[in-house]
This record gives sequence, structure tokens and C-alpha cells, in this order.
Amino acid sequence: MASFKLSFMQGAVACAEGAIMAGCRFFAGYPITPQSEIMEHMAERLPQVGGFFVQMEDELAAIASCIGASWAGAKAMTATSGPGFSLMQENIGLAAMTETPMVIVEVQRVGPSTGQATKGSQGDVMQARWGSHGDYEVIVLSPNSVQEMLTMIVKAFNLSEKYRVPVIVLTSECVVHMRSNVRIPQRKVINVVNRRRPKEPGEPIFGGGSLASVPPMPRLGEDFNVLMTGSTHNEFGVRYTADPEVHRKLASWLVNKIRKNRHDIVDAETYNLVNCDVGIVSFGVTSLSVYDAVKIGKQQGINIGFVRPRVLWPFPEEQVRKLAVNANFIIVPEMNMGQLVLEVERVVTGRCKVARLNKIGGGELITPQEILSAVKEGIN
Amino acid sequence: MTKTERPLHIYLRKETLPTAFCPGCGLGIVSGCFLRAVQELGFEDLRNFVFCCGIGCTAWIPSPYYKADTLHVTHGRAIPVALGVKVFRPELRIVVFGGDGDLASIGLNHLIQAARRNLEITVIMANNMVYGMTGGQLAPTTPYGARTTTTPYGNIECPIDIAELLTSAGASYVARWTTAHPIQLKESIMKAIKTDGFAFIEAVSQCPTNYGRRVGFESPVEMLKWFKDNSVEKERKTKEGKIVVGEFVERQRPGFAGMMHDRKRSSVGSET
Repeated sequence: MASFKLSFMQGAVACAEGAIMAGCRFFAGYPITPQSEIMEHMAERLPQVGGFFVQMEDELAAIASCIGASWAGAKAMTATSGPGFSLMQENIGLAAMTETPMVIVEVQRVGPSTGQATKGSQGDVMQARWGSHGDYEVIVLSPNSVQEMLTMIVKAFNLSEKYRVPVIVLTSECVVHMRSNVRIPQRKVINVVNRRRPKEPGEPIFGGGSLASVPPMPRLGEDFNVLMTGSTHNEFGVRYTADPEVHRKLASWLVNKIRKNRHDIVDAETYNLVNCDVGIVSFGVTSLSVYDAVKIGKQQGINIGFVRPRVLWPFPEEQVRKLAVNANFIIVPEMNMGQLVLEVERVVTGRCKVARLNKIGGGELITPQEILSAVKEGIN
Repeated sequence: MTKTERPLHIYLRKETLPTAFCPGCGLGIVSGCFLRAVQELGFEDLRNFVFCCGIGCTAWIPSPYYKADTLHVTHGRAIPVALGVKVFRPELRIVVFGGDGDLASIGLNHLIQAARRNLEITVIMANNMVYGMTGGQLAPTTPYGARTTTTPYGNIECPIDIAELLTSAGASYVARWTTAHPIQLKESIMKAIKTDGFAFIEAVSQCPTNYGRRVGFESPVEMLKWFKDNSVEKERKTKEGKIVVGEFVERQRPGFAGMMHDRKRSSVGSET
């Protein structure tokens, strides 16, 4: 018997269904194009599985209520697009600071500002990583298909629960509105991770102390007398507004719990890293054109290898370095004016030439032909 | 000192005392009224209470002083955080503490929407008519003409009447008192805690450091006397220029979290 069910669905629906599979039982959102289909599907589905959907008054409230629900014990998610993502930044910092697990789906659209509201883009790569103020790290995933949207949301929740960190699923209009056949795995074969809970009051519930592993997270209303604050705090949540050492410990913890677990978190699809002449680093919807460019290139005798980060942040440094060692040059096609390329340049550090291929506006995708032309231009 | 002399200490994290509030601050009175209300209602501890607060002096009333679950979040966002908790765990009693800057300015939208939804939480707003923590800047509640650090030539804005606003927005219970009315304030807080819907308490409170000094009050006591002399019960006819105190509304409406849970019960199992 097949361990999956085949279903034809939209990316937005796959996103919502994946969340429910992962155990998401609280969703708060605010209407914004091109995200709204995700929340509409959640509004229909969550009550059916015993969960709660709330349409909030703005994105500030949407993410804030997810933080509240998460501390109440829920797996919580919100979804938004560009302008709403900008509004959420302050509370992404709060979630990072208070080690609150939650998932934020960001459907990229053309910006800045209102930009072209219905058109896709990849312009928020750096915002997803650096959007809130201060020192922190989050995990950012980027699916490139409807199928991957489904499985990646589950992974997003799992990483979020495991590391007690907000996880951002950085997708775009194109992937959310794409429709395709999806294999929906059976419940029993899905790996679902749940946050660790403290056994009794008095245990440290935040990092920055002596703990080397991610601290357990209590649920409100269970006599833990939780002290949770966005101010600098020690491992028990006690506020220290001036002590430099407490802040150094806390901020180092927030950054290092991601950096030092790179081996566990980093995930990239790689192809032909060792034997290639030309390398491509690409993510999300643009990587679909890379697949075709590689095929066509092969027919024309051009030997292309690629790295596609499924996890954008932390970045797959080792894989890209490997590509740089073997390829004569690397092309970074992305639907922005050059963002991920900066990270590629940083990682490659002169091992090979890094070229940009950028396209913005109107939601137009970078075509396989455009990638191939850039490849040929580089060869010549 | 024996235990009975400080009966409210059972609700506090004693190791965090004394509080950081300035001498003469009204927040001690507000906090005392709340804890006395809790005690008179028969709660032996703050178990099953969850306190949510944003940024500002008032937000420090529960965090870190109350021995309870406290979520001390971003400026203005205590109410949506509270909504997330209440919807997911309706059995918990949620109390939001905030100042007028936190709740009536940066977080005003959430305050109105929570009243409109009739979210079953208690919101206690200490209104000191100024941004106290940041040094005494203009608030939406600052009286007309008042000189603050950002209105050095006098305030030309009209202050907002939050109690009236939330009454029209749909709150189940709304009351306003000043720190010169501690008995009435405590009794209204008791009613608010018992309300199965959105309950709002406005406590007009003195900030001697960053408001009183600047507008010419010589001491906190003078401010309290002024509150007493310049407040008028809601039922009175002449209210011009006075702080109107009393109960603004008391009504029964279905609550948001309750309705959501009723719907959940009727929808579960309809999955095909």
C-alpha cells in the first residue's frame, strides 16, 4: 500500500495542510496579497482539527498573538507578504529574544513599499535574516515546489520546536500560486518534533546560562511562574537592563544555538559539484529554471553544477565552497538586484569568479535561456 | 515584621522588592488595589492568572513583581499576545497592565479591537497623562495646554477619553477611578476580574517625577488632592473640565474565546 495520497493542490493549500500535519493549531493573520489563500485555507481547516484561526487587526497583532499562543502551548503560524513582513520585524526579534517557537511564512512580492502587490519576487532574502534589530539568528527555509512547500512547513515547525526559534519560510507569489500533484504522506510516516518541557519549576528555561543545549519551554498556567521578557534576561527570565555580561551571554547564545548547529540545520540540493565547469547557486522558484538550464546545457556540452539552498539561513557554506573549488565561475540568478550573491561572494572568497543574474519587476521569472546565456557569456 | 502585616506579599516575588517605581508614584496604589481585589475574591495565589504587559512603567507592575506567569512583550502589543493565550487556553485568567502610552497610543488599535471582540481579559490602564519612563513626553491623554518635554509651549492636542471610547467599542465592563479612589478602584477591579468578557479599568494615576513636577505640583500628595477635588462621578450633570469617574458600562455579551471554543466543538469531526 502506498504510504501517501496523491492530491492536486495549490502551493498555498499545501502550505496550510503541511502546517496542520506538523501540529499547527493556532494561526493568526491579516489579509495581504499574495498570501491570503494560505489564511483562507487555515480559516476553513483549523476548526475541523480542533485548532484556532484568528484574523487579527494588523500584522503586528498577528505575530504577537502567535507568540502568546506559543507560550500557551500551541504550535503557531502566521503568513504574510512584503509590507506585512516589514511590520512583523519587531516581534520576530521578540520571538528570537524569548526563544519562542513559531513559523512565519513570507510570500515575497515586488517591493519596496507597495511595489507590485500581485507579482512575485525574491527581494526579501536579507530582510529575512537581518530584519529585526540587534544580534540574533533565525532559520530561513525556501521551497521551490508545491510538494516541497508541504514537507518544508513540517520541517520548519520541527526546527522551530527543536531550537526554540522563529523559523521563516521564505517563499514567493509564484510558488504559493503554483498548482501541481502533491504526495501527501500518511500521518504515521511524518516526523513531528515537539518542544521539550521542563519537569519542575526552577529549571532554567532560557539559554545564556550554563546550559549547552536548548532549554525546555514551560506552558503557561502550570505553576512555573514564567518570567518572559524581551529585555535582556538570565536563564530564569530575570531582567538585567545594564549588566554587560548577562547580555553578552544571552546574545551569544541566541546566535550560537543556530551557528553551532549548522551541521544539523543546513540543507541544500546539490548537483555535479565536483565535475562541473560552471556553477550556479539559486533558490526558490528561480531554481526551477536552473534545472532546465542544466539539462539544455548538457545537450550543448556545457557542464553545469549547482547548489540550491533549501535552508537559506544558515547558508550552505561548505557546499558552495566545494562548487567554487571546481567551477570556473559561479552565477547567482535571483529575482532581486543582488542579495544572495553577497553571501556567495563572502563564502567563495575569490576562489572563483562570481557573476550576478538579476531580474526584477512584474513577477517575471528568470528563464532557463537567460541562465544559459549568462553561462555562455561567462565561458566566453 | 510578621507575615500578617504585609498580607499582599504572598502574591509577590519578594526577592524583586523594593519596586523600581519613583517615590510617590501612583503605580503602587494601582498594584495594591489589584492585589487586594484578588485577595478579596478569595484567590490564595496567582495560579492560573497570566499577566501580559508591554513597555512603560505600568508594564512593570506584574513583571517582575508578581509571582505568576508574566509575558513582558513589545510596546503596545500586550493585548494581541493576551489574545493568543486566551484563545488557546480559555481556562486561564488574563490580565493586561499598561500605561496610557502603551495602550492608548501605540497599542490603541488592539485595545479597541479587543473591546469590539469582547475578548475575555481584564485590562488595567494606569493613565498618568504622560510618557513617564522615557522622561515626560506628550501622550494622547495629556491635558490640553500642559507643558511636557515635547510640548514646551503647551499642548495643543485634545486628550482622548479611553473609557468612553471602549464603552462604544463594545466592552462588557468599563470603569474609571483615580488613585485617590482606592476603595472604588479595588471594587471595580473585582468586578472586572469576574466579568466574562472584555473588562477595562482606567486608573488615573500620578507621575510626580515626569508630569507633576513639570506642570507645577509640589508633591505627589498635592496631585492626589487635585484628583480628589477635580473628579466628578459619572452621574453628575456638570462635568466640564473634570475627571469623570465611575462605571461606564456593565453588560453581558458573548465573549470571543468562548464563541471560538463553541465553534470548535461543533466543527471537530466535520473533516472529510
